[in-house]
Amino acid sequence: MLLEYAAIATMIFVTALVAVIAIVLGVLFGPKRPTDKKSMPYESGMNPIGPGTRRVPVRFYLIAVLFILFDIEVVFFVPWALVFKQFVSQSQGFFVFAEMTTFIVILLVGYIYAWKKGALEWE
Amino acid sequence: MDWILLLEWVIKGFALVMILLTGFAYLTLFERRILAFMQVRIGPNRAGPQGILQPIADAVKLIFKEELTPAKSEKFLFLLAPIVTVVPAVVIAAVIPWGTQFEAFGRTITLYVADINIGVLYITAIASIAVYGIVLAGWSSNNKYAMMGGLRSSAQMISYELPLGLSFVLVTLMAGSMRPVDIVEAQRGWWFGLMQPVGALLFLISILAEVNRAPFDMPEAEQELTAGYHAEYSGMKFALFFMAEYIKMIAVSAIMVMLFLGGYRELPGLQNTWFSVDQTWWLGPIYMFLKVLAMLFVMVWIRATLPRIRYDRLMSFGWKVMLPLSLALIVITALGLVLQPMWALAPYILTPVLSLAAFGLTVLLLQNSLARRQHA
Repeated sequence: MLLEYAAIATMIFVTALVAVIAIVLGVLFGPKRPTDKKSMPYESGMNPIGPGTRRVPVRFYLIAVLFILFDIEVVFFVPWALVFKQFVSQSQGFFVFAEMTTFIVILLVGYIYAWKKGALEWE
Repeated sequence: MDWILLLEWVIKGFALVMILLTGFAYLTLFERRILAFMQVRIGPNRAGPQGILQPIADAVKLIFKEELTPAKSEKFLFLLAPIVTVVPAVVIAAVIPWGTQFEAFGRTITLYVADINIGVLYITAIASIAVYGIVLAGWSSNNKYAMMGGLRSSAQMISYELPLGLSFVLVTLMAGSMRPVDIVEAQRGWWFGLMQPVGALLFLISILAEVNRAPFDMPEAEQELTAGYHAEYSGMKFALFFMAEYIKMIAVSAIMVMLFLGGYRELPGLQNTWFSVDQTWWLGPIYMFLKVLAMLFVMVWIRATLPRIRYDRLMSFGWKVMLPLSLALIVITALGLVLQPMWALAPYILTPVLSLAAFGLTVLLLQNSLARRQHA
């Protein structure tokens, strides 16, 4: 089982190598004549105003938090989905189905709350 | 023996990387020619017959370009970002099965690189890592456009990762396994895309958003953000971002084929004929190639057809339409499977009918809310 990750490790290694070689090739063969104008951050030809990294709208943070919440719910679905067919074949399908429906309903309550609070609006 | 096995894995991993890199080079040409065809132009056809040497010409041009590093940028992160973007794009393809197996050199060689039993989770995990490269690129450039592009891109990717993850749950539910080969074999005879057409559609929309393709290429919206998170990149570093995007296109097309379109298996109804991969193993990679090519064509076609959608619409579409619809699909699919002992055809008839009904209802509600907004 662990041997199969050797293939993935090989792929990570080879890809990183290809990427590094590509960058090195560019550095070796490309011209290098930097000027002050060239190394200015691009701002449609104007002189840049203020710093390049600035404060981030809080919307993005809100989306990130919501994502973490709902992603954890998705992760809870996965083990359930994996064993669902086995429960059906042992004729316990309706029990497991009802359990998950309950979970989805609870999830929906939170989702509707977030919607009504305006967390999903992007204005 | 173990050493030979290890060697086999290493060779297969290496071969897959090389195939993807070649595929990337020709996908750029493919896209440009198809786009040109759809816009009644000729497209690149000068370098070699039908322009088949064009990718090489592009690579040579990019190698000889000057690389600029903007002043006051984070030099190390600026260098690291393209590498962090390109590695997950390639590595995500490791778990995709390209065929069954064959006998050679006195051993059985399987046509998949890594046969891990958590394949679907692996795909989700690696797909999430790709966000880091984009955020790093946007943030380290010290450029407002790049930063906005990186932020938008990451917000978009995590928003559409929820329907993506729920589509994976759908497939896991239907296959009863997360191992890619089991998922493909479970589609022997009847594809999941036919059992769950709406799920396949949601998955297609999510992957378009996930790889930042049109109509969801907001981070690269030229009119607003010039080039988005790679605005400051030039030369080979830019080529790496380009490479990551196109290799990710190939990888997600292959994942879509694996999950919903029968993977390397034949068309439904051909199981017991010569065209089945059970009888002719070498048809597996050919089917896979044709299906992936068809998916890539669809992605280019969508780019040629649809205009870019507005960012606020894109976000609210992901959260208010895709997420509840995919939750509903999970309930519908589970219902079909629960009823299967009583009505053997329930997952094949009830599930698609109910999901199409849910889809129709969603479209109606969407139309209503859009019409109301126009009146207001």
